[in-house]
Amino acid sequence: MEAQFLQFFQSLLGAQWPLVEPIWPLVWAILQIVSILAPVVAAVAYLPYFERKVIAYMHVRIGPNRVGPAGLLQPIADALKLLFKEVIIPTKASKGLYILGPIMGLAPALVAWAVIPFDTGLVMADIDAGVLYLLAISSLGVYGIIISGWASNSKYAFLGAMRATAQMVSYEISMGMALIVVLMVSNSLNLSAIVAGQGRGMFADMGLGFLSWNWLPLLPMFMVFLISGVAETNRAPFDVVEGESEIVAGHMVEYSGMAFALFFLAEYANMILISAAVSIFFLGGWLSPVGFLPDGIWWLIAKISVILFLFLWFRASFPRYRYDQIMRLGWKVFLPLCFLWIVVIGTWMLTPLSIWK
Amino acid sequence: MEFKTFVFYVLAAMLLFSALRVITAKNPVHAVLFLVLAFFSAASLWMLLQAEFLAIVLIMVYVGAVMVLFLFVVMMLDIDVERLRHRFWSYLPLGAMVGLLIAVQMALVLSGKYFSAEALPGHSMPADYSNIKELARLLFTEYVYPFELASVILLVGLIAAVMLTLRGRKDSKYQKPAEQVAVKRNDRVRMVSMASVVDEPSVDSAATAPEKREGQ
Amino acid sequence: MQAVINFVKSLFLLELFKGMALTGRYFFARKITVQYPDEKTPQGFRFRGLHALRRYPNGEERCISCKLCEAVCPALAITIEGTERTDANGQTSRRTSRYDIDLTKCIFCGFCEEACPVDAIVETHIFEYHGETRGDLLYTKQMLLANGDRYETEIAKNRALDAPYR
Repeated sequence: MEAQFLQFFQSLLGAQWPLVEPIWPLVWAILQIVSILAPVVAAVAYLPYFERKVIAYMHVRIGPNRVGPAGLLQPIADALKLLFKEVIIPTKASKGLYILGPIMGLAPALVAWAVIPFDTGLVMADIDAGVLYLLAISSLGVYGIIISGWASNSKYAFLGAMRATAQMVSYEISMGMALIVVLMVSNSLNLSAIVAGQGRGMFADMGLGFLSWNWLPLLPMFMVFLISGVAETNRAPFDVVEGESEIVAGHMVEYSGMAFALFFLAEYANMILISAAVSIFFLGGWLSPVGFLPDGIWWLIAKISVILFLFLWFRASFPRYRYDQIMRLGWKVFLPLCFLWIVVIGTWMLTPLSIWK
Repeated sequence: MEFKTFVFYVLAAMLLFSALRVITAKNPVHAVLFLVLAFFSAASLWMLLQAEFLAIVLIMVYVGAVMVLFLFVVMMLDIDVERLRHRFWSYLPLGAMVGLLIAVQMALVLSGKYFSAEALPGHSMPADYSNIKELARLLFTEYVYPFELASVILLVGLIAAVMLTLRGRKDSKYQKPAEQVAVKRNDRVRMVSMASVVDEPSVDSAATAPEKREGQ
Repeated sequence: MQAVINFVKSLFLLELFKGMALTGRYFFARKITVQYPDEKTPQGFRFRGLHALRRYPNGEERCISCKLCEAVCPALAITIEGTERTDANGQTSRRTSRYDIDLTKCIFCGFCEEACPVDAIVETHIFEYHGETRGDLLYTKQMLLANGDRYETEIAKNRALDAPYR
């Protein structure tokens, strides 16, 4: 694909091409980044709108419908409002860190997209340690929360940051353990290889590809990963970090204007990222569920949308967990379950009944 | 100068600066954050050496988990910086001497024959070689016993830490979420069936009622 | 046995799925939102909205400055000063020289209209009013009388509807 773009630019620029040539790798990288992040950011902007709509429908309400047709311009109105508001820095806040907090929150959620494969070969960085990269980057997201919580110099913000740190570190372990099982069966750390591995198997040969994806043989791990993903993004029912009825909004309480909006963007970008990860690890990425339909990026988008809908559905359905129950779920339920399943799958893979050859 | 060399020098300068700030920063939280930056720069340097596995693991383990807990602890502690700095100058000569000793030792080892570029075995690898696979192969074949031993030592440390801090206090009250979750309606509520309409009590029973209540 | 059943129930997240099924069903339910500025819900005749001071049909204001409303007001929103003056019939009577209601304090409990012996202070069915400064919500006697003049027909109708229940 790079060659095609190279040719296109050469013909476009003509005589000026030698000027651009030395920085071509940079131009190409920026082109790739923009083409990945622009749709992601657009989706991030519209996800709150869909969240409000979906939750409203489940509450037998209509949701936003005043700005533009069916309220479709609501995200733009919200963004404009937040942009024009003043970013207030509390007098006793640690200024540099106070500004750094929201940035550290959003950046990892966007950086992680570098290794997400969208189709066969359609990936920005096809590195062998893709899974590790994803885990490492997603574990950086907690810094945004803890830094902003501390820098705000407010008790509510600090309590929220403490809750967030403990919760996110705990659930990262469950996520990592669930991924170990995936790595065992797919025998690779490369995300493209993991997706390709799900396209092989008995059911895939019968044209029922969706039965050979990882979610069915690894069903407990699928549930663990999905629920840990919800907890990792601090979404309801695990949103004690915000806990608007107890600690008003946790680490965001002192922020206003665009700094506050960055936290919002980070939360929704993380949701989309987790949905993409679930789709790739357990739902076969861009693979078509049935044999007679072609594979393609649209399947990945559809799967991400379904998982995102699940996120919103959870929020509309479940009351918030108590904090000690969150910890119990992470450490006493998910972690032993993951260990057990590693042994079970390991044994299964050694028997002649193994379906991963 | 090659671009890679330039990047190396930038990262190395960042690493040195942040490492220096770790020990000179007044605020402990800032020191920990500079340590995070130092880890990050070190990971980037490894990335430059094409040791991406090590680099990512460094970020995942140290930056993602260990330093977060470190930060957690440092933020919660009420550290009196002034008291820590008390008698700084009197301890300085001793500290400087220890530091110098470490530097000399490292110089002796690193400049020796074991770690120089000539001492390391040369490798020529094919273009599509994955160093993660190579690392995994080595870890689980040649070095499997040290690897397993290290993991057992870590496990022992983990259990020891838990046992040291786990004091079963008899008077502490705590909730058992497992039991709370398992509660059924019948454990909490007793349904009593009563007639919806009752006869008006007669005068006699009304007169005896207060006595009854007293008896209860 | 019960423990096993509990374990199976929690392992397969049965209760969570039940809850999600419920919300999922309501997702498709008919929506009951009232599109407020376009549609409005019906109002009862006892609705307690913006205050008004009424007049008798001959134009004489009803309020006799008895200050019962000021006394009963739980939010201390009413301030009254009385004076003596000659009314249309040439008789000396007691009237208010000042009658202020601070709507930022008022809790719309309706005690003032209950307390009023001459039905002078009433709460109308108007609830869509606003002030752009704090002072706009401090209603003086003139403003309250103007309200009364403006909405007299509605007020009288609502009073008549309420009368059988008193």
